[in-house]
Amino acid sequence: MAVQSPPAPPVKTPDAGPPAAVQVDDGRKRSWTGYWLLLPGAVWLGVFFVVPFYSLVATSLFDEAGSVLAGYEMTWSINNYATAVADYSDELLRSFIYAGIATMLCLLLGYPLAYAIAFKAGRWKNLMLVLVIAPFFTSFLIRTLSWQLLLGDNSPIVSTMQAIGLLADDGRLLATGFAVVAGLTYNFLPFMVLPLYASLEKIDHRLIEAAGDLYASPIRGFAKVTLPLSMAGVVAGTLLTFIPAAGDYINAQLLGSPNTRMVGNVIQDLFTDAGDYPMAASLSMILMILIVAMVFFYVRKAGTEDLV
Amino acid sequence: MTVTDTSDTEADTPASGGTRDLRLESLTKEFATFTAVDDIDLVVAQGSFFALLGPSGCGKTTTLRMVAGLERPTAGRILLGDLDVTTLKPYQRPVNTVFQSYALFPHLTVFENVAFGMRRQGKKDVDAEVDKMCELVELGGQTAKKPAQMSGGQQQRVALARALINKPEVLLLDEPLGALDLKLRRQMQVELKRIQLEVGLTFVHVTHDQEEAMTMADTIAVMNKGVIEQIGPPSELYENPRTTFVANFLGQSNLIGGEVTDRDGADLVVDVHGNRLGAERERAGTDSGRVWVGVRPEKVSMSAAGDEHGDGVNCLPGGTVSDVSFIGVSTLYLVRMPWDQELTVFEQNTGARALFEPGAAVDLHWQRGHAFLLDADQDASAGVETVDGR
Repeated sequence: MAVQSPPAPPVKTPDAGPPAAVQVDDGRKRSWTGYWLLLPGAVWLGVFFVVPFYSLVATSLFDEAGSVLAGYEMTWSINNYATAVADYSDELLRSFIYAGIATMLCLLLGYPLAYAIAFKAGRWKNLMLVLVIAPFFTSFLIRTLSWQLLLGDNSPIVSTMQAIGLLADDGRLLATGFAVVAGLTYNFLPFMVLPLYASLEKIDHRLIEAAGDLYASPIRGFAKVTLPLSMAGVVAGTLLTFIPAAGDYINAQLLGSPNTRMVGNVIQDLFTDAGDYPMAASLSMILMILIVAMVFFYVRKAGTEDLV
Repeated sequence: MTVTDTSDTEADTPASGGTRDLRLESLTKEFATFTAVDDIDLVVAQGSFFALLGPSGCGKTTTLRMVAGLERPTAGRILLGDLDVTTLKPYQRPVNTVFQSYALFPHLTVFENVAFGMRRQGKKDVDAEVDKMCELVELGGQTAKKPAQMSGGQQQRVALARALINKPEVLLLDEPLGALDLKLRRQMQVELKRIQLEVGLTFVHVTHDQEEAMTMADTIAVMNKGVIEQIGPPSELYENPRTTFVANFLGQSNLIGGEVTDRDGADLVVDVHGNRLGAERERAGTDSGRVWVGVRPEKVSMSAAGDEHGDGVNCLPGGTVSDVSFIGVSTLYLVRMPWDQELTVFEQNTGARALFEPGAAVDLHWQRGHAFLLDADQDASAGVETVDGR
């Protein structure tokens, strides 16, 4: 079970006598407290999520012939969705491929790092955790812009790769899919490392000793004990990386080219430049629906319900 | 095939006198700031139930972890029969451990927990063996559960089954009953002993509970501060402790200061605050100079001051009862002696005479053969259980 259900509230039985009556009072007080605590969050969600979400859904169904100047009419135009898929399927597909590759790279880079911090860092543990989140002290935009310099045509990285033949003499890194994926990987790595660290750090070290005692070599012990016990972190980390990466447009805009546009770039263009609100809204909805469907499928597949 | 069948493992190694005793030779483990285990030598006979007994921090768990391969010794060797396992990795040793907190895999069912060792070794008949083992520890029908769904006692059985199924040459038990409540602990002590006799494996049991060690073990090694104080069968350790630590840690002892003054045949004569007491020389740790005369509280009997007593009986007159605790089957007396020491007496409530009241003047006596003598260089309070310690 991924989520521990809270203990059942005390059952009120009619014939339980005076002590039960006291409990009933307690229970009522407690449950009201719970509702009061929910209130600020519920209001926040209502104002900043439910209302905009309603607006987004409504916009996505507006008359596709309308414009900002002429105004829009609610025509329940499901057609917007079909048009969006037909016109932007490349960008949608590319978004998921780039996000998927970046997520895999984050996992491959992040797992050993999180493992080292959790089990091997000793007194350097806190310092290393600070270093993991240190990039957040600088703005997302600045960090991505600096990757333009790192991968620019005259950068040491490019000239070194050209020198050793990894890259053709006129080859580039900037404005390629490689640069976009590299930027995504870099920017979302901490979102992978932190949940992985949290789940690895919780693992009782004696379980790993027990696996060794029961004839598991270190590699088998990792595969059979450590990795399964850290699956909650793997699932959380991949979701926290994949979801924002799939909707990201900064990396594709600053590090990519028109050929590496992601769906986020399209939505941004449609909203800010083209002013095609119904199309932008329906594309946003499609992105959201696809992500929710994938997450649902993934979480079921990963079997988090069976994880402790 | 039953679990007692170890012919497979014996066939793997060339005949070598046939014995698969566990031997520790000059085993030492030093940590940065202290020596946890200090040059111990130990032989655990094949098929025996061996207890390592001592207070927390005495080095018994470190010793166990070295046998399991979870700690690397600083010096010394660990041998299983003729096989030197000192440098083998844990997963290469024919040794399994029942961990103190069980360390069951929370993501696996009971069945998979028990099957873990067999699967890693690529053995066959996993299903049948697991079922058989779960029957042995009375877990039949529970194998689909996760460890978290089971009680402490059941988890303990899973941990035991998970280790036993591999038929290790030595099964290590690290305070396996420490987390159970008293009643369950007594029950599991009997159970563990039954299982050990049934499977015939060598059990090495680490505990700080002297009663547990005496109930279950054939041989006990009492450890203190990284060294072994004494090894022997429970009755021998109890009746004839060789150090004040053993005398106090294993049960209770009255230790009274005295001096050896004379010999009387096979006995030594000891002067204790002006009283001539006798003690058998073969029960004496030292035969001259200052000594502690030790006697167990239940070996001491009481009589009203001045009553006659027979020959060959040691008598300490002049005591005053200072405290009486009625326990039911017995009564615990504290008796203040003229030299201001309080001695403890356990008396069975046979009803032969009325209980003494606090303030009563009494004489204490015991059979000569019941006293033991220890070198007076030792601290008389070593190993005494304190309220906060163990």
